[in-house]
Amino acid sequence: MKAASFDYHAPQTLEAAVALLQQFDREGVDAKVLAGGQSLMPMLNMRVARPQVLIDLGRVPGLDYIRAEGDTIAIGAMTSKRSAEDSALLKDRQPLFHAATRLVGHRQIRNRGTVGGSFAHADPSAEYPAVALVQNVQMKAQGPDGVRLITATDFFVTYMTTCLETAEVLTEVRLPALPPGTGWSIQEFTKRDGDLALAGVVATLRRVKGLCEDVRICAFGVNATAVRLPAAEAALQGRPPTTESFARAAALAGESVQEPINDVHASPDYRRQLVKVLTGRCLAEAAARAT
Amino acid sequence: MTAKQHTTVTVNGRVYQRDVEPRLTLADFLRHELHLGGTHVGCEHGVCGACTVLINGRAAHSCLTLAVQADGAEVTTVEGLKNRETGQLHPIQQAFVDAHGLQCGFCTPGFLMTTLELLRDNPEPSDEEIKEALGGNLCRCTGYESIMASVQLAARRLRESGGV
Repeated sequence: MKAASFDYHAPQTLEAAVALLQQFDREGVDAKVLAGGQSLMPMLNMRVARPQVLIDLGRVPGLDYIRAEGDTIAIGAMTSKRSAEDSALLKDRQPLFHAATRLVGHRQIRNRGTVGGSFAHADPSAEYPAVALVQNVQMKAQGPDGVRLITATDFFVTYMTTCLETAEVLTEVRLPALPPGTGWSIQEFTKRDGDLALAGVVATLRRVKGLCEDVRICAFGVNATAVRLPAAEAALQGRPPTTESFARAAALAGESVQEPINDVHASPDYRRQLVKVLTGRCLAEAAARAT
Repeated sequence: MTAKQHTTVTVNGRVYQRDVEPRLTLADFLRHELHLGGTHVGCEHGVCGACTVLINGRAAHSCLTLAVQADGAEVTTVEGLKNRETGQLHPIQQAFVDAHGLQCGFCTPGFLMTTLELLRDNPEPSDEEIKEALGGNLCRCTGYESIMASVQLAARRLRESGGV
């Protein structure tokens, strides 16, 4: 199908973009921000979304970068996933985020889709929000009143909804570098490679004196947002990295998911089973990577 | 009525200027405004890959890109592949012919353009790397084996002749 008509603005500065959002908000006009368009355009083409105005950030300079700032890696919101995939800095210092990037869509999608776009779109099946919840990622947003930093816990509200105000633009994603020695893993189940995940799991842990510490487990594709699984984390905390302890934590992970999504693709029980199996695999892989 | 946007796009080396509705996709811009029908439109939501073109050298779904977003960009379509002086098919196209990489041909322009980007990045891809790169292109006829063979054949010929 073809998108319904909309007006189009391509501001040259961030301030102009924010001013436009503010103006349309005041006038009661439904305006959407366009980044890479790889999620928004299908919604427009299928007329699931019919905004009156699109504000394209593609002409705003200075939003396309990946740089180290001490122990933080700052990624400009308009950086393509392809750039993230090709980034030696990310591969080296934030391999979990790098691996998550490679699971997003296909080559064509990653070439145009942006890092900021995925965060702002907040699809429940997306990989980045789960990484953000285990890695204390912060989002930088610019609005009429200036800039604010938002934690991942606050940022993701529900299905495709973030805490960004109508006149705020996400400008940067700030990732702590993965502390050396931290084991990590991301696993997802899709019907075909590159599809949205029916369920996925992210885990990180450290090994201290032969025991698992700082265990973090997050599931995605099962609830309205990615969700940490504290019962499973606690079950492995302070335990040796053995098949038995992974199995125990994995079983708790599956059981502790509250009301998994029920749709045409998978039943709640099936998603629970996926979380269990994927958690087991994630923990084994993360433990093997931890030093 | 929405305001039309003046848009300049370089397609296969030629500069085109048009006033377009913002909602016009790059795919429809190529097909209906420029009458370049080689870019095929299948699913219109970024699943089938038939509409793949190169935007500034990168494979992209032209159905998920607005023409106005391509303002100032260089676009390469399947029409830009053949040698303009000799009229010869591009080595990737010839390899698809020789190794039976197409049957009905609807998906082929997309496969060719994605393959072009792949082989520029990686002149000697493994089968796994080809599968990964072409994961966003669907073919309902060939069963993919002959497409894999076509890409490998194209890669080999291009390596022997000095690159894409």
